[in-house]
Amino acid sequence: MSLLDVQGLGKSFGGVVAARNVRFGLDRGEMLALIGPNGAGKSTVFNMIGGQLPPDGGTVSLDGADITRLPPRERFRRGIGRTFQVAQAFLSMSVAENVQMALISHHGESRALWGPARTRHRDEALSLLERVGLAEAADRPCAALAYGDVKRVELAVALAGAPKLLLMDEPTAGMAPRERAALMDLTAEIAARDRIGVLFTEHDMDVVFGHADRVLVLVRGEIVAEGTADAIRENPRVREAYLGDAHALAAPGGARP
Amino acid sequence: MTVLLDVQGLSAFYGRAQVLFGLSFHLNAGEVVALVGRNGAGKTTTLKAIMGLVEARSERLSYKGGSIAGWPAYRVARQGLGYVPEDRRIFTDLTVEENLEVGRQAPRGGHQAWTPERLFGLFPNLAEMRGRRGNQMSGGEQQMLSIARTLMGNPDAILLDEPSEGIAPVIVQTLAEAIRTMKQEGVAVLLSEQNWAFAAGIADRACVIERGEMRFQGPMADFLADDALRAETLGV
Amino acid sequence: MDPSFLAVQALSGFASASSLFITACGLTLVFGVTRIVNFAHGSLYMIGAYTGATLVPRLLEWSYGPVPFWAGILASAVIVGLIGILIEVLLLRRIYGAPELFQLLATFGVVLVVQDLVVHVFGPQDILGPRAPGLRAPVEILGRRFPSYELVLIAAGPVVLGLVWLLLRKTRFGVLVRAATQDREMVSALGVNQALLFTGTLFLGAFLAGLGGALQVPRVAANTGMDLSVIAECFVVTVVGGMGSVPGAFLAALVIGQLQAFGILIFPKSTLVVVFLLMAAVLVVRPYGFFGRPEIIGGGHAVGIVSRAPSRATLPLTVALMILLAALPLVADAYLLKVAIEILVFGLFAFSLQLLIGVGGLVSFGHAAFFGLGAYGAALAVKWFGAPMEAALPLGLVLAALGAALIGAFVVRLSGIYLAMLTLAAAQILYAVAFQWVDVTGGDNGIVGVWPSPWANERTVYYLVTLVLTAGAALALMRIIDAPFGYSLRAMRDSEARAEAIGLHIRRHRWLAFTLAGAAAGLTGGLYAFSRGSVDPTLLGIPTSVDALTMLLLGGIQTITGPLVGAGVLHALRDQIMPLTDYWRLLLGLAIIAMVLIFPRGLVGTVQHWREVRA
Repeated sequence: MSLLDVQGLGKSFGGVVAARNVRFGLDRGEMLALIGPNGAGKSTVFNMIGGQLPPDGGTVSLDGADITRLPPRERFRRGIGRTFQVAQAFLSMSVAENVQMALISHHGESRALWGPARTRHRDEALSLLERVGLAEAADRPCAALAYGDVKRVELAVALAGAPKLLLMDEPTAGMAPRERAALMDLTAEIAARDRIGVLFTEHDMDVVFGHADRVLVLVRGEIVAEGTADAIRENPRVREAYLGDAHALAAPGGARP
Repeated sequence: MTVLLDVQGLSAFYGRAQVLFGLSFHLNAGEVVALVGRNGAGKTTTLKAIMGLVEARSERLSYKGGSIAGWPAYRVARQGLGYVPEDRRIFTDLTVEENLEVGRQAPRGGHQAWTPERLFGLFPNLAEMRGRRGNQMSGGEQQMLSIARTLMGNPDAILLDEPSEGIAPVIVQTLAEAIRTMKQEGVAVLLSEQNWAFAAGIADRACVIERGEMRFQGPMADFLADDALRAETLGV
Repeated sequence: MDPSFLAVQALSGFASASSLFITACGLTLVFGVTRIVNFAHGSLYMIGAYTGATLVPRLLEWSYGPVPFWAGILASAVIVGLIGILIEVLLLRRIYGAPELFQLLATFGVVLVVQDLVVHVFGPQDILGPRAPGLRAPVEILGRRFPSYELVLIAAGPVVLGLVWLLLRKTRFGVLVRAATQDREMVSALGVNQALLFTGTLFLGAFLAGLGGALQVPRVAANTGMDLSVIAECFVVTVVGGMGSVPGAFLAALVIGQLQAFGILIFPKSTLVVVFLLMAAVLVVRPYGFFGRPEIIGGGHAVGIVSRAPSRATLPLTVALMILLAALPLVADAYLLKVAIEILVFGLFAFSLQLLIGVGGLVSFGHAAFFGLGAYGAALAVKWFGAPMEAALPLGLVLAALGAALIGAFVVRLSGIYLAMLTLAAAQILYAVAFQWVDVTGGDNGIVGVWPSPWANERTVYYLVTLVLTAGAALALMRIIDAPFGYSLRAMRDSEARAEAIGLHIRRHRWLAFTLAGAAAGLTGGLYAFSRGSVDPTLLGIPTSVDALTMLLLGGIQTITGPLVGAGVLHALRDQIMPLTDYWRLLLGLAIIAMVLIFPRGLVGTVQHWREVRA
């Protein structure tokens, strides 16, 4: 049985179809990339799996349990961690406190009215930060970090819920080129070690082909291709989606002076 | 040839994320230049940075010889630099004619002023729906309206962001035709496009952006001839 | 029921709907374009009424007839429009980018300034204007007499709606206003100078407020309380209609006018309660009102308390401060003790608001509701059950907590400006209840004879009681802010998406925060009641809410101790300056505006910032 099973997912906005009959599965320890041109519906699909957007139809199951209608906070409890396209962290807190906050929630203590938060689960938070290479920065204000490091904090926060599935929306967007590979290497290593399934969207094809075990291609709300990185690279429909519709112009490739 | 728009060392940020890393390029009067690159390469941000719509730094950002660095968008537009955004941003509560009215500016010397009638000539589809509201138009119709609306400001140059994105092929052809007409009328165009086939049909020069950095600049023909470069920068 | 009675009620409902729409329409237009909720809109309405009541009689003296009358009304509206331009150029222009809290506070500063200026210019008496020439005789409707001027008002609403519609549809200015309401940035990218557009919009909005006020001249005497009462109603109309929507405002005004006309049959004491129930119902079904757009409402107030390393000095400093405060009666006279009690009470009151704003990012503009509930709860327990202070204080606290839980359950569904306006409206409704339900609350006179138990009746003892209770509550709140619950609130303020993604239940936490803050505020209300021996409706008024906000702002929103310091400073200033001048509100208003513009970190926040910059 797949870790994540998506069946017949659909969504339209005021008559515009953003996703149509999307179906795929994802196994533990697998890195699955969801790619497609702007406006193809990647975010829509992603947010339906994350719980931010209710689908019009179809189901999302995690480990065989139907989670289609659960709000994001319940999905966290079922083992889904996520990162955002524009990194979302608690900027008023220190790096360690960001992770501690997630651990506090994970342990169901978020409504405790007594006993300082900053001493709770600190060792566990530090070891998570260690894993993403931020142990040194634990006591720095999160607002003072470079953007690439905030993305790492997000990863540590997502891992604090001991997830089975990690959703990463454009994990490397806004990062300097050399940081991108490092973050994805780190993610792949963690996914392999902890047997976490990773679903990510990405614009950077180097990241996609360098790190995805499998790739899904979404065009106009539908999955038009699915396969290994190499198979996708050679797929003519994908080339068309990315290079533009070759039939759109009478004389493609004809340069004008 | 006179340099109309001169960009040197342009860097831009979204909050604390840096998106552009010191781009330099220029646009001559009356020419069409295509910014090409993959999704997310920084093309849209480049155009927004020129318009003053995102936080940006530059060594030099000048239009028609004068600096426009740090200017608010309305002053840049008043200087005769038009902008057509990626998502078209039609005022959906307004009719076609009202949308055009928002874009209207006094004619600038040298060109024949654009009027709704002339624009309806350029985009015949719009002529049939002048009283229609923006929210009842297809994507392609909205795209034409967005371009027409910007032309109402009688710009000397237009920043055109992804005009072919999500548009039916037949409309894409109309758009290409319209851009050629604009060029004949003396309007320079800086075009951001990931559909390079479309760009190839209309642009004189290409500037290739990759991950916020400039990879290549030169005549469109050179870019088209260089299969390796194209494969590398446009991927797949 | 008598059909003629129903007809007349309906007609007077339409007349008040018209007046309300004309004024609220200006507020919603200004909000649509500038995204500022102009608190001073009610002040512009008041200026319109005063100007009309002063100007129209002069014109009628000069030449009696309908033409001078209506010319005077229009001229008053134009004058108010020009004042609107002044406000835009001098103030609003500088705060378009500021957080909502600061925008509301700054425009409330204008409210205070205008209150004193109106008294200065027009005198302290209410001014009853002349009746409209030609419309003095009532008409007969189904055998009942009905004022003919009301019929003109009924027509005025649709006429104004029509004219505004024409302006928005048929002029370039109107097209730009509608475009800017939808997408300001794009309008600017097309070469439209927003500054001019905004100035024009402010003229229009202020003109309509002035018109709404001037039209009241023959019906109501211009008085100094009309600014705040009309702004609360306008808030309800714009929220129910949808922020920025003119037709929405019209529809909402119609519904509310009728509800008020007939609500009197259900709740004779307070028609506002019916209005509040309507608002609650509408917002549960349509969170953005009849015709509102979701993208307008914005988020919470993101500037607030940040983590700081715990300092070793905190404990000794706290102990030393407590000893000093406890020793105060040794040196202080009775007057100083009275001031000290008030500072302690208001310090905790502001601090309880800090839990919502500084920690939770929830800009509550109606915190007086909980202060007042605490005070009235205690006072009613004394008056009706003869309860001693020991029982009355907890009862007040419980009443405030229940009120906060009820209001909170509803407002946590909202955020940003809607939340601010709704909390304000809720407080205004409690104010109206306290004011109008004379049998129970004593109305305007309030309840007297609320004295502490004999053992605590001595000023020194009562001071110590207050110190123990407020300090205890403040320390408890500090613990809560430091505890996981406080951190969770901050997490939601920093990023709702992230908070939701780590499993936090946002509404439930915020509801609990409201309840806790309400309980603490209720305690302060009770303490205040026993310190003065009486309660009255001003405890529930908007100025009381703004006092707490001012203290918060003065001390600094980013700091935990800021509100306590702010309470001390504001009270000391008030004590020193108020006896010296007739223009206390004007000075306070200007000070609030100055703080927002040049001192947004507050006193404690600024000192901390300097230290950090130096470090």
